[in-house]
Amino acid sequence: MSVVRNPAGHFGGDRPDPVTISVDGVPVTGRAGQTIAAVLLAAGETSWRTTSFGEAPRGLFCGIGVCFDCVVEVNGLADVRACLRRAHDGDVVVRQQIRLPGATS
Amino acid sequence: MSTAAGRRHVAVVGAGPAGLAAARAAAEAGARVTLLDAADQTGGQYWRHPAEPLDHLGPDDLSVQHGWRTYRAPDDAVRSHPSIDLVTGAQVWAAEQHDDGPRLHVLVGPPDDLDRDALTLAPDAVVVATGAHDRTLPFPGWDLPGVTTAGAAQALAKGDRVAVGGRVVVAGSGPFLLPVAATLATRGTSVVEVLEASGARALARGWLPSPWRVTRSAGKLIELAGYASTQLRHRIPYRVGSAVVAAHGTTRVEAVTVARLDGGWTPVRGTERTVEADAVCVSHGFTPRLEVAIALGTRITPARFVAVDDRQRTSNAHVWAAGETTGIGGVDAALAEGWLAGHDAAGGDPDTADARRAVHRRQATREIAARLARAHGIRPGWVGWLSDDTIVCRCEEVTAGRLRETVALTASTDPVSVKLTSRAGLGICQGRMCSPAVSSLLGAPDALEARPVVTPVRLGDLARAGSPTTKRTTSHGTRPGDEHSTPERKDTP
Repeated sequence: MSVVRNPAGHFGGDRPDPVTISVDGVPVTGRAGQTIAAVLLAAGETSWRTTSFGEAPRGLFCGIGVCFDCVVEVNGLADVRACLRRAHDGDVVVRQQIRLPGATS
Repeated sequence: MSTAAGRRHVAVVGAGPAGLAAARAAAEAGARVTLLDAADQTGGQYWRHPAEPLDHLGPDDLSVQHGWRTYRAPDDAVRSHPSIDLVTGAQVWAAEQHDDGPRLHVLVGPPDDLDRDALTLAPDAVVVATGAHDRTLPFPGWDLPGVTTAGAAQALAKGDRVAVGGRVVVAGSGPFLLPVAATLATRGTSVVEVLEASGARALARGWLPSPWRVTRSAGKLIELAGYASTQLRHRIPYRVGSAVVAAHGTTRVEAVTVARLDGGWTPVRGTERTVEADAVCVSHGFTPRLEVAIALGTRITPARFVAVDDRQRTSNAHVWAAGETTGIGGVDAALAEGWLAGHDAAGGDPDTADARRAVHRRQATREIAARLARAHGIRPGWVGWLSDDTIVCRCEEVTAGRLRETVALTASTDPVSVKLTSRAGLGICQGRMCSPAVSSLLGAPDALEARPVVTPVRLGDLARAGSPTTKRTTSHGTRPGDEHSTPERKDTP
């Protein structure tokens, strides 16, 4: 037998189940298997990070994990690429801004 | 030979079209294969699909896929072949060439998670099939939310069934803009227009001469014709010699400025018009993902592709490369190259009927790459749409003006020196997004230096991956072949 390891796993069922994540404390519902970026965009959110220097809003850009523009805090861990990470029920997502020393506040 | 049975161990990095074909060919030629992909599914960007059992996908999901049966065959083969170990969610974060062969350092688990499993492979051969990502030239406002690469829109529509916006402008250059527009239309988006930067003359120069040669790559042509008819059905205007030269909005894009371009891609003054849109998808071709190839010391061509011979061998005797890392040629080229690379990496006979057929198929697709470059290649006039406050490096928020100042102050156009002074390219994406643009702005050739870390990882991950208690870190004392025994393996339906 071939060995297939799939940490995220397939999402079963004919139609994907709803998943609800919390975004800055507000519940947002998407579909199982969607990335966090997709759940946010489907809910009408376009930005979930603020840049350190210019304090500009950022969201999805490359969509495939190359640019790191869409990073967000997930379950207490910062710098998670929202375009790659699948949303799981109960995920706690917090918009991210890391202020750097010397950056304007 | 790394196993007790004396079989070659081939590691394939990337499970897109090239990697799937390579893994299958290597296993069929008798090798033991480990197929790695950072995503939690196979198919790469080309066959990206919702995270559900494939038989559950609906007609709308399959209508945005091209050559789905071409995907299912190697995918089924890879999943059922007893000699192939498919590891998804596997991020290669470092690759090294040792005296006795390559090492791949891998973290396995959900993207960017802590506590991913560390895996070190010491294969006899590596097939690099890491693909490419969109290349997007900067323009004023391209950092506004709602502006994405065309690839992002495609990935989101195909993989998540979500459209980037309700009223979208697709712009840039290359035939990839058409399937993106078609996919968006399928997902219910109003695609306002598709703007191709190349003018009619360049397009004719690339696509019209010797059309009988293009028909040799009939698959590609049929694909293009399919997109064209979908576009007609949805009545999406396709304008050539035009570009989005600015995006406007406060917290997200609300409108764009569109301008005509001359043959050298310089915006023509007085042709500007404003188009309302809530999303803009922009791509100017593709950039190969070369990090693994560079880390393994393979020779890179002046055009920034992995140099390979007629059997897909690189300058490193342990490393083969296939697909978009060796030239932007599309899915047919990737499948043929992948097959050749896997077959040869496994030590397969180069003179079988199958091998000759793969060589022939690859030859037939070579023509496409040259035509793409002639018809859609980036022309230098694009810098004309930059203003001094246009951000070029998105990570470090370095503007075009700052880059020009740096060049003037340091009297240097050496990319390394400009990077260190301006910070452009020093952010978390490691210059993947801005490097080609910075080089064009400086008038210098790309200088993508070797990067020891293939993809950014946390310091904690490095500490864990290097710790002696880690389950699968291969050391010199480990019996070859044991390096990827995986206690928490599980079969997925």
